[in-house]
Order: sequence, then structure tokens, then C-alpha cells
Amino acid sequence: MIPITLTVNGQLREGSVEGRVTLADFLRERLGLTGTHLGCEHGVCGACTVLLDGEPARSCLVLAVQAQDKEVTTVEGLSGSEPLSALQRAMRDNFSFQCGFCTPGFLIQAWALLKENPRPTEEEVRHALSGNLCRCTGYQSIVAGVLAASTRAPLESQQEGSL
Amino acid sequence: MGEQAPARPGRYSPGLPRLVPGTYAAVVLKLPPFVYLAPASLEEALSLHADHEDESRVLAGGQSLIPLLALRLARPEYLVDLSRIGELEGISEEDGAVCIGAMTSELALEHSHLIAERLPLLPQALSFIGHPAIRSRGTLGGSLAHGDPAAELPAVALVLGAQLVAESRDRGRRTIAARDFFLGPFTTALQGDEILTEIRIPWQAPGTGSCFHEVARRLGDFAMVGVAAVARVEQGMIRSCRVALTGVADRAVLRTDGELGLTGESAGSFDAAARRLAEELNPPADLHGSAPYRRHLVRTLVPRVLERACQAAAAGAIS
Ligand SMILES: Cc1cc2nc3c(=O)[nH]c(=O)nc-3n(C[C@H](O)[C@H](O)[C@H](O)COP(=O)(O)OP(=O)(O)OC[C@H]3O[C@@H](n4cnc5c(N)ncnc54)[C@H](O)[C@@H]3O)c2cc1C
Ligand code: FES
Ligand code: FES
Repeated sequence: MIPITLTVNGQLREGSVEGRVTLADFLRERLGLTGTHLGCEHGVCGACTVLLDGEPARSCLVLAVQAQDKEVTTVEGLSGSEPLSALQRAMRDNFSFQCGFCTPGFLIQAWALLKENPRPTEEEVRHALSGNLCRCTGYQSIVAGVLAASTRAPLESQQEGSL
Repeated sequence: MGEQAPARPGRYSPGLPRLVPGTYAAVVLKLPPFVYLAPASLEEALSLHADHEDESRVLAGGQSLIPLLALRLARPEYLVDLSRIGELEGISEEDGAVCIGAMTSELALEHSHLIAERLPLLPQALSFIGHPAIRSRGTLGGSLAHGDPAAELPAVALVLGAQLVAESRDRGRRTIAARDFFLGPFTTALQGDEILTEIRIPWQAPGTGSCFHEVARRLGDFAMVGVAAVARVEQGMIRSCRVALTGVADRAVLRTDGELGLTGESAGSFDAAARRLAEELNPPADLHGSAPYRRHLVRTLVPRVLERACQAAAAGAIS
């Protein structure tokens, strides 16, 4: 067992894992953060996407031990102290999900997009989300939700961390 | 009714106790067991890797290796993680070449001003690799050492004449030309105890132009066919050019202007050369595309990419 320390959604977390435990399983099983979903478990579907030191990464393709000293943000950490962030509200209002399995990954990826590019075009949204698979919606409503979030309120006036 | 399909390794099976957060059941161990080693220096890494030569794999970004572990296509006894070795990361210039640490991430290369200025072909090709969430972890060294026959970066390394620096504890450092590096599918010139440490790529010379393009089923998928080209044009004639293709053979392939019969040809008549090249290649067939379709892509993409490289060369010459 290898001891690890990392920051998850702003909180310092510690644990001790076997080398072969993925970050996704550590988050879900050890920390109970089951918002991060596991679909394909080999990098293709994007459901497990989290922010690792601010960059989106597949948590199924990172070992928990590799997250030592890193900062992880999961879907649970997107809303800060609010029940839902502006992005989450916009996606809810646009019916951006049906079964919801893919939603955490889309939220993280969209959050990273809007942080870098607060006013994306539809094409930029589609491009940014192209690595995430959804088997239900047909993507239209997801794109609409992200675009709505980007136009609803000036992002500058929103709190950092509650995009 | 047919037989029940065997459970895929690593999948939760129905009937197992429900996992309660905080309880850590054994069922979530999906990867095969290995001893995880996280050396802090290259010297230590070379030593650990050499100690366990046949049983050890190095871990870079993990974007190819962890899927292989998850599918149990790889079962190394030792995993030497290079991610804590700062000296393997970074981009610098030396003697007309850009020197890139093997552990530099694909995303870092994409965002580098130095690369954009000196090696404009590289960011073009990088944008076709998977998705940003893959490129934030995947490394240049990892992609080259992995040697996927449909990967973009081996073609770029070939077409730009990259030099790959490999090190081992017992035999020290050697430099391998990209041309001699890729030996077959997922097979490179690296020995079992060697680690790829640095990639040196000569600047794209002023007056040359380059282009990368590929066709894949979906954005971010591995290329069915990808083409990289650099060309130097003088008074509308090809002075020299190099074309590398990915997805068309058991490894990336390189052709020079002489081999393509393009030396001294006018910059714009590439169809015949592309047709000859397509005939000469024996591309693989798979779910994504048949061999004749891949040949068709060679015939279509090679002229298109060469034309754009020549246009870029001409534009560069004017400014
Ligand atoms: C969904 C998805 C889509 C992808 N799409 C593409 C794509 O379109 N095109 C593409 O080219 N790639 C694609 N990839 C693969 C990605 O580019 C990988 O990052 C890359 O191929 C391997 O780099 P890595 O740093 O992750 O290496 P790892 O996965 O860590 O290692 C790969 C192999 O190389 C060896 N290795 C790594 N570094 C070294 C070193 N310094 N010295 C010696 N050996 C070393 C490892 O032991 C291992 O055998 C995709 C991956 C995923 C998950
Ligand atoms: S579960 Fe990680 S990408 Fe599908
Ligand atoms: S909402 Fe069901 S997979 Fe996307």
C-alpha cells in the first residue's frame, strides 16, 4: 500500500492505495464521490473526466498514486457552496441529459471550455465536447445547454469556481 | 440461446455486494497487479528499469499503457513512473534544433510559442490526437515509444528528421534517427532497459512549408490515413520535399521527393505521384476502412497536403 495525499474539491484528502487503483476508483470507492462515472474504463467515453491541476483528464487513465500532491476537481466540486452552478442550471433548463450517465464528464469538459473561452461558438462547443460520448440525447440539447450557460450572464460577474 | 459471454475482466458482475462509499471492496482492483516505482531522478529510473529489464515497463502519460493494463494486454511486474522526473520535461533550443523532453505533454507542445514558431507542423498534427483530456496527459516520448502504426507523431518525427535520444544505465546515451526508430507495429529500436529521454527536431527552415491532415471516422479517432509533408519550393518548382504517412502500413512510412519522382516537378502536379504511392503501399483493412478505401485516401490526401505545404512555402518566401 502506498500513502497518498491530494486535494479534492478544495479539501485535503489522504489515503493509502495499491499502485493499480485508478484515480476514478479512488474517488468513487474511497472518497464516496460517485458523481464521477465510469463507462468504458479505457479512455474513450469521457464519463470519468475530472480536472487534474485544472486540466481535464480521464480519471480512469490516471493511477491514484499519480495524483499525489495534485488538485482534483470532480463534478461535486463545480457548484461551490451553491446547490447548482450556472452551467449546471443552464444544462438542466435545456434538458441536456436523459439518463444522466454522461453528464458529469460533459459538465467538467464544458466547464474547462468556458473557463478558457467564455463565449464559444457552437462549433467550438461541439469541438470541445467531441471526446465525450452520450448514448441518449443526440448531443443537440447538451450543446444548447453549454451555449445557454455562456450567454446567460457575463461570466466575469460570476464567482470563481461557480461558473 | 447461445452460451453466455464470458465476463469482461474488470467489469462489475451482478450479484456482487453493493459498494458502500468508504468501504473498499476488492472488486475494484481492475488493473493487473504491479509494483509501482516512482523515481525522482532519471538516474534512479534508469537503474530501476535496468534492474527489472524484462519485467519492467515505464509509465509516461498512461494514455496508451493504462488501457493496455485495463484490457490485460500488458502485465508488467514493475511500473516505473517517469512523471516525477522534472528533467524529462521541457522545450528548449540548441544548434538549430528544438529539444523536447520525452515527458513533455502533447498539450504543452500545442501551447508552446517556441514550437509554433520553429515547428509549425507539430501543433497541426497534435490537434488530431484524441481530445484535450487525452493530450493533457499523453506525452511526445510516450507516443513515439508506443509506436502505434496509426499514430500522428511518428509520421511527424519522420518527416521532420527527428533524432531520438535513448539512455540506459549500462550503455549510456545513444541517438537514434527517427528513420531507424520505428521497426513495426508497437515495436521500436528501444532496448528493454532503455528510456527515451529527449527528442531533437531540426527547425523547419525558412522557405519551407508544411502541412498535416488526416481522415478518421470521428474527430479524435486514430487516422485511417494521415499525411505529413514538408516542401521547399523555388520559382514554382519543387526543390525538395518529404512526405510521411500514418495508418497505411505496419509503421509510419517516409518518402522523399526523389522516391516520389517529384524533384524539379512543378508545385501543383502531385496526382501521378500520389497514384504511384497508393499502388506501392499495402494498407491494412479493418472496421474503419478497407484497403482500397485507404488507397483512395492516399490518392486524395497526398496531393492536398503537398499543395498546402507548397502554398505555405510560397507564403513564407514572400513575407
Ligand atoms: C481515447 C484515446 C484516443 C487517442 N487517440 C489518439 C490518436 O488519435 N492518435 C495518437 O497518436 N494517439 C492517440 N491516443 C494515444 C495517446 O496519444 C497516448 O498518449 C500516446 O500514444 C502514448 O503516450 P503516453 O505518454 O500516454 O504513454 P504511455 O501510455 O504511458 O506509454 C505508452 C508506451 O510507451 C512506453 N514509454 C512511454 N514513455 C517512454 C519513454 N520515455 N521511454 C521508453 N518507453 C516509454 C511505455 O512503457 C508504454 O509501453 C489516444 C488515447 C486515448 C485514450
Ligand atoms: S470511463 Fe474513463 S473515459 Fe470512459
Ligand atoms: S444522457 Fe444518457 S448517456 Fe448521455
